[in-house]
Amino acid sequence: MKNLNYLFWAYTLIWILLAVYLLSLSVRLRAVASQLRRLKSRLSPEEKT
Amino acid sequence: MERLDPMLRTIELVLFPVVAVLMVACLYCIFCVVPNEVTMGAVQRIFYFLVPSAWVAFLGFFVVFVASTLYLTTRQLVWDTLAHAAAELGVLFCAIVLLSGPIWARPAWGTWWTWEARLTTTLVLELVFVAYLVLRSQAESRDQAARLAAVVGIVGFLDVPLIYFSVKLWRGHHPIVFKSGGGEGLEPAMLKTFMLCMFTFTLFFSLLLALRFRLGLLQEDLAEIKDREMSPGA
Repeated sequence: MKNLNYLFWAYTLIWILLAVYLLSLSVRLRAVASQLRRLKSRLSPEEKT
Repeated sequence: MERLDPMLRTIELVLFPVVAVLMVACLYCIFCVVPNEVTMGAVQRIFYFLVPSAWVAFLGFFVVFVASTLYLTTRQLVWDTLAHAAAELGVLFCAIVLLSGPIWARPAWGTWWTWEARLTTTLVLELVFVAYLVLRSQAESRDQAARLAAVVGIVGFLDVPLIYFSVKLWRGHHPIVFKSGGGEGLEPAMLKTFMLCMFTFTLFFSLLLALRFRLGLLQEDLAEIKDREMSPGA
């Protein structure tokens, strides 16, 4: 099969892009969720008083 | 917004294993089942990911269009959050198309890029939605970001039908990508693999949209709590 290197690079590039996006999504989700938890726990005792 | 969270988590939990299995099945079919295309050879196999990527990019921009219209009519921020999530995914998948397309074009057309109608209009679409994301980040307030982005999102989507009809309108030379054995139409194995990839990418897009939408909702909650903290008397 000719042009296999093009096929290899196309699929490699696609998977790299998808992996980077998934990683960034997961990092952002974790950061926001933990920030939210921290803020909620800090606010809830204040709201009770 | 908190009511949406369990629903989105359920969608994510159901879709994740399904998409993972289907993705493996797609790769198996692409590299082990489908025959080589007659004129393009092995490199044509790029299209099994390229065309579904283009489809879900357009789907993403369609979601932006619908959600932006709903935001402008109802002024509910949840629609803007959905539009933002869909725009980010549209840009991602459009980038996949614009980067993997030239890798196919080099052996097939002998050039990485040509200012052909469909390529140019797709590049314009990508740039419009990159501008959409930049505009959001530069806006002075949340409402301004939502309002301006909604307008850009609606206008930007108008490029999608233009891309579809561009080959006919400007006599572009975009290829018929699925032809094998010299006959017209699609080889059954190619058609099945292509449909499987389209279905898988649609589910994959739904999974990513659920994840990105949930992130947007959490960011909204965070901003709301921070506002409350800044002005406790309000």
